[in-house]
Amino acid sequence: MKLAISMAGDTLEAAFDARFGRAPFFVLVDSESGEWTCLPNPALEADGGAGVRAAQFLASQGAQAVVSGAYGPKAWTTLHAAGLRTLLAPEGQDALIGRQLLDQFRAGALRAAEAASHDGHHGG
Amino acid sequence: MRVVVASGKGGTGKTTLATALAQVAAETQAVRVLDCDVEAPNAALFLHPQWSSGAEVTRPVPRVDAERCTACGRCAEVCRFNALAVVGGAVLVFDDLCHGCGRCTWICPEQAIHEEPLTVGRIEAGWTPEGIDLAQGLLRIGQPMGLPVLRALKHWPPTTESASVSVSARPSPWIEIRDAPPGASCPVVETLRGADAVILVTEPTAFGLHDLRQVVGIVQELGLPAWVVINRDGIGQAPIDAYCAEQGLPIALRLPLERRLAEALARGQSLLAAAPEYRPAIRHLLERLRCEVSGA
Ligand code: SF4
Ligand code: SF4
Repeated sequence: MKLAISMAGDTLEAAFDARFGRAPFFVLVDSESGEWTCLPNPALEADGGAGVRAAQFLASQGAQAVVSGAYGPKAWTTLHAAGLRTLLAPEGQDALIGRQLLDQFRAGALRAAEAASHDGHHGG
Repeated sequence: MRVVVASGKGGTGKTTLATALAQVAAETQAVRVLDCDVEAPNAALFLHPQWSSGAEVTRPVPRVDAERCTACGRCAEVCRFNALAVVGGAVLVFDDLCHGCGRCTWICPEQAIHEEPLTVGRIEAGWTPEGIDLAQGLLRIGQPMGLPVLRALKHWPPTTESASVSVSARPSPWIEIRDAPPGASCPVVETLRGADAVILVTEPTAFGLHDLRQVVGIVQELGLPAWVVINRDGIGQAPIDAYCAEQGLPIALRLPLERRLAEALARGQSLLAAAPEYRPAIRHLLERLRCEVSGA
């Protein structure tokens, strides 16, 4: 499965960023082989609709699931229309790095986001 | 002459002053008041108009014909506001992100997009007992963008005839008073655009000074002459006077902090009904504006 994780830095060892639409990077990782590439988030400069843009971008990159901290309603709608699974990093663990989230995903420990988690004003 | 009454935040006394100005002006000239605070218009509470006309305000949003769409993605590519997403073989439209620029409709190679009007608010207009022509914009609940309503309000009434009537053709002397939304954001800039003069209502507190600074920044950028009115004078010690002197902003009027006034205004009484002794000062302010603006 191709997993996209919202990240503060540009490697799998960098810190996770909980903001979906406003995370500086996404690391796209193959959950079986562990192979990864890092993609700068093209939505970063967006005036509005950053979440929509980021969601569309990840879909076009072939991602099948996303790990982030929160999804705005528009990002959530776009991700689901594109058939991506939306997963949530565990709350209260601020210092996570990308590799730890990959491990948690492999262990089946990540919770699915049942709905948009906030009103979208803070990066969704 | 177009005068905007603005202030940093709600509750500063902006509407109180705007309505008082309108009432005094109406004694000698034709007055129009535009309540530009489309999220919470309240000039009508003080002026008691009889609404006699109005109109829906719409903005165009794209709609996609799924039969024609090939999900090529061009529309989403050209949308600067990310209001469109082409995923899963279909186009998603997010109305509240759309600015109605029309690019997507224009670019679609299959002509699969057309525009439909989405109602975002309405304009209400009418006359007050003293003959003031009052119009207000009302943003529909949940609509994120007030600018279309504000623009429609500024161009009210929407007939082609009146749009072409120049200011000089209006009964003279003629004055338009715009009650600005609170704050210093886009709607305030839009309200200020096209104005001849600005009155900034503030209170002598640290918050008041902070808000005043922000609005003054915009006013100076637009190059508009401005006057300051201090409301609730005596409530705080913030150095408003020093700031105004430094910026070259004349302080045109001071309304002292008075319990009697505050209570009357809270009951929806206008300033002049509650305190008629302010009439000369307001008239003086009006004359001053008129002299300095037309003297240019
Ligand atoms: S540009 Fe036209 S054909 Fe292409 S995805 Fe958009 S609506 Fe469909
Ligand atoms: S009209 Fe303009 S802003 Fe609205 S969806 Fe089309 S391209 Fe985007």
